[in-house]
Amino acid sequence: MRLTTSCAAAAVLAALAPTAQAEELNALIWCDHADPALLEPFEKAHGVKVNTKEYEGTAAGLTILEQSRPGDWDVMVIDAVDVHRAVERGLLAPLPAAEMATADYFPQVVMAANNSVDGVTYAVTEKFGYNTIAFNKAAVDPEDMKSLKTLFSGKYDGRIAVYDYYLPVEGIVGLSQGIATRDLDAAALERIKAPLFALKAASKQVSDVVASQTALATGEVDVLVGGGEWLTAVLHAENPDLDWTIPAEGGLLWAQSIAVLKDSKKPELALEFVKYITSPEGQARLATSSCYWGMPANRKAGAQLDADQKAVLRWDEQDDYLARAQLYPVPDAATDAAMQDLWTEMLQN
Amino acid sequence: MGIEAIEKRQGAALVLPALLWTVAFFVLPFAAMVWISLGHLDGREMVPGPDLGNYLRIFTEPALSRGIWVSLQITLIVTVISVALAWPLAWIIATRVPPRWRRLALLLAVLPFWTSYVVRSYSWALVLGQKGVVMTALVGLGLLDAPVQIMATRAATVIGFVHFFVMLLTLTIYSNLVQLSPNYARAAEDLGASRFQVIRLVILPLTLPGVMTGAFLTFVLCIGDYITPQILGGNNELTLPQLIMLQLGRRGDYPMASALSVVLMALVTLAYAACARWLKMERV
Repeated sequence: MRLTTSCAAAAVLAALAPTAQAEELNALIWCDHADPALLEPFEKAHGVKVNTKEYEGTAAGLTILEQSRPGDWDVMVIDAVDVHRAVERGLLAPLPAAEMATADYFPQVVMAANNSVDGVTYAVTEKFGYNTIAFNKAAVDPEDMKSLKTLFSGKYDGRIAVYDYYLPVEGIVGLSQGIATRDLDAAALERIKAPLFALKAASKQVSDVVASQTALATGEVDVLVGGGEWLTAVLHAENPDLDWTIPAEGGLLWAQSIAVLKDSKKPELALEFVKYITSPEGQARLATSSCYWGMPANRKAGAQLDADQKAVLRWDEQDDYLARAQLYPVPDAATDAAMQDLWTEMLQN
Repeated sequence: MGIEAIEKRQGAALVLPALLWTVAFFVLPFAAMVWISLGHLDGREMVPGPDLGNYLRIFTEPALSRGIWVSLQITLIVTVISVALAWPLAWIIATRVPPRWRRLALLLAVLPFWTSYVVRSYSWALVLGQKGVVMTALVGLGLLDAPVQIMATRAATVIGFVHFFVMLLTLTIYSNLVQLSPNYARAAEDLGASRFQVIRLVILPLTLPGVMTGAFLTFVLCIGDYITPQILGGNNELTLPQLIMLQLGRRGDYPMASALSVVLMALVTLAYAACARWLKMERV
């Protein structure tokens, strides 16, 4: 009886022990970080469990943080152009810049001006890609996609979908009018209003990521304005005809950064997670995440990707693409509100 | 203390938990929402009110005010079509299907409820697409020369809604129909009424409470739904819930989202008042 009781107690303790010891890291992320193939190596190496919560849009992420208790979250993925917004709210902890792998990065995506404030680094870029034109080359002449003017020519009316995110699409329409993204102010918004409404009139739908992918994959539309490798790469195996390009007028560079939250109760572990994500292994896994693909910020991830993966990501064309792409617009609050008002008006028109 | 006073106190004590529940989980949150709706966004910061600026914007800015009309139009179309389809279906199940098959018929009627709402909407997106089952069949049968666009239109939204709400209405109307004594119809027939007259003048009015209950539920669920118009409507027009989500997800404009929600609740309240006052829902 005593032996049985002892064995049972030992079994209970053994079952409880790992649970009691396992640390947890809470990460506020975009969906690509939820891929178990990305998280498992870190969890095994550090004996921890990474809990993730997905969000879309910086406003939603900041709202989640403000509605949480201090210390609830340890790391956060954030749009690189919005890092300053989070720093202004006192949400992010400084990162040891010397320990970051940015020396191995594509220089254009280090984005020190976006990831630092007053010389202090608060975030590091981890992944990037382009909001540009995605298309089905079996149904569309790829030559037509080399200029944004085609979108307004009438040739593809009713066969176009527009990605439902005002910042990149208004940026692209601005590019079509010769307006750089950094120059998108109230006066420029007046100039892009007519072409933006014309684009809507030529489009079948304005849709989120899943609906856009579905429409492109099923042949409902043949062109997606605002799309790019992040949208077509996961469909490439099923339909190799889904392609993307950066037209002559340019495209928009999206970049996501990762940061440690100031109130994290596990800052060392959080920093280790940042280092893992920006390491060549973490970068390769993040680049080919099951949710969406994108270019790794760290060039050394190339050694971990196979030829097919690099071809889908257009690895060899990055220098040209990076030279021609412009950063997302970074509007002040008033311009941001005006851009969203214009978007709502366009949708409702 | 008299018996009447004791009974009053007992009644109050029995009502109290429900009252506290309603105050805690409806009245206070609603009051908070109304208060927030009277604030506004200054830059990216919320400034408390009170001011009526958000309400003024809702009724003067076309992009916002149109959301009210779009929501009302879609909801009314869906409600009318759903009632028109559900009543005959419920009547057939209640009166024409043999009793032993009725349970199966009802089970088949509620089957759509078993699938995820989001999955069902995306399924409709595939069915209604240019290369979907409907267009392929119509073109294949020679009824159309080329596919026409249904997906990403208001028609797609209405179809997605009707598919769901016909089932709901069928259940409420069926439960009303099976409670009716067959003697009503027999009496009317004995007095010379035709089958159609029996349905129109006797059965239909007697099922009005069930119809109105289902119609009101349809109205409430439809006007507050975000998923179906978002997936099937193609964002080619925005309903009130879509406008609310835009304020929350994109702008972090809680005051405007709250103001739009108050307007939405006002519309639902008006619908309830209409159903209760003129359409005899209180008889249910």
